[in-house]
Parts: sequence; structure tokens; C-alpha cells
Amino acid sequence: MKLISAIIKPFKLDDVREALSDIGVQGITVTEVKGFGRQKGHTELYRGAEYVVDFLPKVRIDAAVADDIVDQVLEAISKAAQTGKIGDGKIFVMPLEQVVRIRTGETGHDAL
Amino acid sequence: MEELLNTTAGDVTQLKYALDTFYFLVCGALVMWMAAGFAMLEAGLVRAKNTTEILTKNIALYAIACIMYFVSGYALMYGGDYFLTGITGDGFTGAEEPATYAPSADFFFQVVFVATAMSIVSGAVAERMKLWSFLLFAVVMTGFIYPMEGSWTWGGEAVFGMYTLGDLGFSDFAGSGIVHLAGAAAALAGVLVLGARKGKYGKNGEINAIPGANLPLATLGTFVLWLGWFGFNGGSVLATASVESANSVAVVFMNTNAAAAGGVVAAMVVARILFGKADLTMALNGALAGLVAITAEPSTPSALQATLFGAIGGVLVVFSIITLDKLKIDDPVGAISVHGVVGLLGLLLVPVTNDGSSFSGQIIGALTIFFWVFVVSMVSWLAIKAIMGVRVSEEEEYDGVDLSECGMEAYPEFASNKK
Repeated sequence: MKLISAIIKPFKLDDVREALSDIGVQGITVTEVKGFGRQKGHTELYRGAEYVVDFLPKVRIDAAVADDIVDQVLEAISKAAQTGKIGDGKIFVMPLEQVVRIRTGETGHDAL
Repeated sequence: MEELLNTTAGDVTQLKYALDTFYFLVCGALVMWMAAGFAMLEAGLVRAKNTTEILTKNIALYAIACIMYFVSGYALMYGGDYFLTGITGDGFTGAEEPATYAPSADFFFQVVFVATAMSIVSGAVAERMKLWSFLLFAVVMTGFIYPMEGSWTWGGEAVFGMYTLGDLGFSDFAGSGIVHLAGAAAALAGVLVLGARKGKYGKNGEINAIPGANLPLATLGTFVLWLGWFGFNGGSVLATASVESANSVAVVFMNTNAAAAGGVVAAMVVARILFGKADLTMALNGALAGLVAITAEPSTPSALQATLFGAIGGVLVVFSIITLDKLKIDDPVGAISVHGVVGLLGLLLVPVTNDGSSFSGQIIGALTIFFWVFVVSMVSWLAIKAIMGVRVSEEEEYDGVDLSECGMEAYPEFASNKK
């Protein structure tokens, strides 16, 4: 099992959600985050005083998936979230040791 | 008197009294609504961690102003008894010279003005002042400092027996000087004693932005103030039940609105030129600057003049805000600029359209008000500092005064009942 964490542009959330649903990923968790990659920050003015805008709003999607569909998931997210412009985001794949469905107590693949 | 109570002429007189009283009360209620405007404007321009405290200050100062003005303020300003004991309920029946409106309406209208002057201070000292120190100052300001300069202006008394401002050609219709400049003078004294927020000014002269947490609230607050100002200026006509006064009220409403509009546009244009983009907070300050600029004389200018006066206020306020920051005078909401610098402008614009005043009279009045309020406020702030301190500790400032002064977050997350 793997935990897939994708950082994407906020307006791409619906597209990514739809794409994941199409390949059978049934549950995701979404968080509003801020971040930057190799995009450089820029400065803005607030009442005449400069401040640096480094952190840009992004959305983080977490999904726990079975090993056999990981490649499909990565492809689905990438295609849906890509704009070709700087700041499209990244996907992280992490090994997932255990999963529990709280309502029923199911564990492992049955809980995905 | 019999005649006045039993004839058509008597009915008309009674109706005029009733209408003038009603109008006065509604205008007073609109000025009361400005307290909500200040609260929302300030809440929007401070950081989330300091929101509860500034809201508490705003509602508490309004209440304190109302109480202190009835205890001593009204008596000091207009003569009469402390605790309003001597005020008559009826200004009409049996009076030698019948009043044109009920005496309590006069008190009500005046009391909301005191509250306005005091609320100017709360924005300037935001995010680092102790709550109860501020409220103690509010007691002094509304019970003594404001009423004294009010007595020399609207009260018509001589300044410590030396000179009478009205005789020198001083004119301030609704209070650019008496209310706004006065509030700003008290605020300036407070800010100088208090010091800037931590992190606002860098060691090498950098000015750091500390953005407000809720611009929708700030904008709402500005619109609320704009609406309330129709009562502030409109009510200062003191009557509406005659052709002359009704016409004057209409002109005042029109000019008040025009000045605010001029202030918004001017401030936005200046911000666009200086900063490259429109700055909403400057636009909001611009609206208020326009309103303050016209407050000293909203009845004699033409609509075009009123718009231009407001625009001058809008230009001035942007430059004043930037300049105060360069002088390291930290004013999170721009109160000193909007109400002080532009309050002075408002006074100086009066002779342009009103022959009954003179530039010298306006300047003497401005200086009198400013020096009285600034010096006595400074003494008060220093005394309060000696008694209980005025500034929260560094750690409290970093954690936010909502927690240290109020024990209550404005936007609580994860609050738990488990002890």
C-alpha cells in the first residue's frame, strides 16, 4: 500500500478528483497549504511597505492506494493537474505500513 | 402658552418640535452606528490574534463614553449639573424661550460624538496596548479632556478666560477639529508613549508590512462609517423642520457623500501611481479622509467643491500614512492620518466657502484643540504607564493580545472542553 501526496494548483482540484474517481480511487483527503518550488518569490506592497510573497496557495491531496494501481494514479493526477506553466506541483509516493477503517475495524487492503 | 397648545399655529409649532427632535435622534442613532463601523474597520486591519481585544476595546469605550459624558462631560462642555441631574425632560412646555427640540435629544446627539472621538484612539494603539490601560484613558478623555475643548468650541466658553474661539472666526460645523483632530491628538500621544509594534520597523530603517486579517470586515466598516456620517454631518444642522434647514440638511448629505467619493478615487489613484497597484486599505482610508475633510463645513460648498475637498483629503492621507511610517510612528489603521492630518485640512478648508470664518481663527482653534488634547493626553498616558503600564510584554505581543488580555480567540479552532 502507498500513501500518495500530491501538491497541485488549487483550481485543478476538481479535475484531479474526477480523474481519480474514474480509475477507482474512492477516498481522498484535501488540505489547503502554501508552498513554493523553484518559482522565485516576488514582493508586493501593503500601505507602502514591501513584503515578500514566497508561499503560494496550493492544495494537497492525500490518497491511500494499493500498490498495483500506483502508476495509474500518478498518471491520472499528472494529466489532470498539469498546465505546463511553472508551479504545477509535485507528487510524493510514500510506503504505507497500515490502514484502518474506523467504522468497521477493517485493516490492510480491505480498508483502502 | 395656552395659544401654543390649542391652535393650529400651536399644532404646527409642536410638530416642528417633534420633527426636529425626531430628526436629531435618528441622526444620533446613525452616529452611534459609526461605533460599529470603527469596530469592523479596525478588526479587519489588525491580525487575527488581536481581533477579540480590539472589538472589546471598541464596545467598552463606547459604553464608557456614554457614561462619563453623562457623569461629567456634558456638564463641563455646556454648563449644567453633573450626572445630568438638571436636565429637563421637556424643553417646550412652560419654558420662557421654548427649545426647538427635546433636551435629552441634545444630550444623546452629543454623547455619540464623544464616543466617536474616543474610538479614533483605539485603532492607532492596536495590537500592543493593555486593554484596561486603554479603558482608563477612555474615562479621562471622555469625562474631561474632550469636554474641555468642546466647551471652548461648541460650548462657547473662553479658553481659560483668555480668548473666545467663536469671536476669532473659528468655525467647525460637525467637528473636523473638535472631534477628529482631538481624537488624533490623543492617539498620537498614546502612540508616542507606547512605541511601535515589534517587527514593524527594522534595524536598518526598513518598514515591514503587517497585513490586516480581514479586508471584508474593514470594507464593511468603512461603508458603515460612510452611512453613519450622514447623521454626523446631517444632524449637526440641528434642525430640519423648516424650508431653510431642510434645504441645508439635503446639501449636507449630498456634500458628505461627494467628499467621501472624491476621497476614495483620489486615494486609489495616488496608491496606483506610488505602488503600482490599487491598495484597498488606502481606498478605505481615502473615503474616511474625504468625510473628515468635509466635516468642518459641509453646508456651504458646492457639490464639485465638496468632491474636490474630499479628493485633497484622499491625496493627503496616503502621503501622511507613508510619512508617519518613515517617522516610525506606528499607526496600524491610519487613524492619526485620517483624523488628525485631514482633520486639520478640514478646518483650513472652511474659509474657502464660508465667509463667517477666517484662516487665522481656524489655525488658532486647531492649535488650541491640538495642544490641549495632546498635552493632557500625554500626561494621562504617562500617568497610566506609571500606575499600571500601557504595553503588553513581548511574549504577549507575539502570542496575540486576544489571549493575554481577553483570554478568548476571535477565530477559535480546536477548542476543547476537556480540562
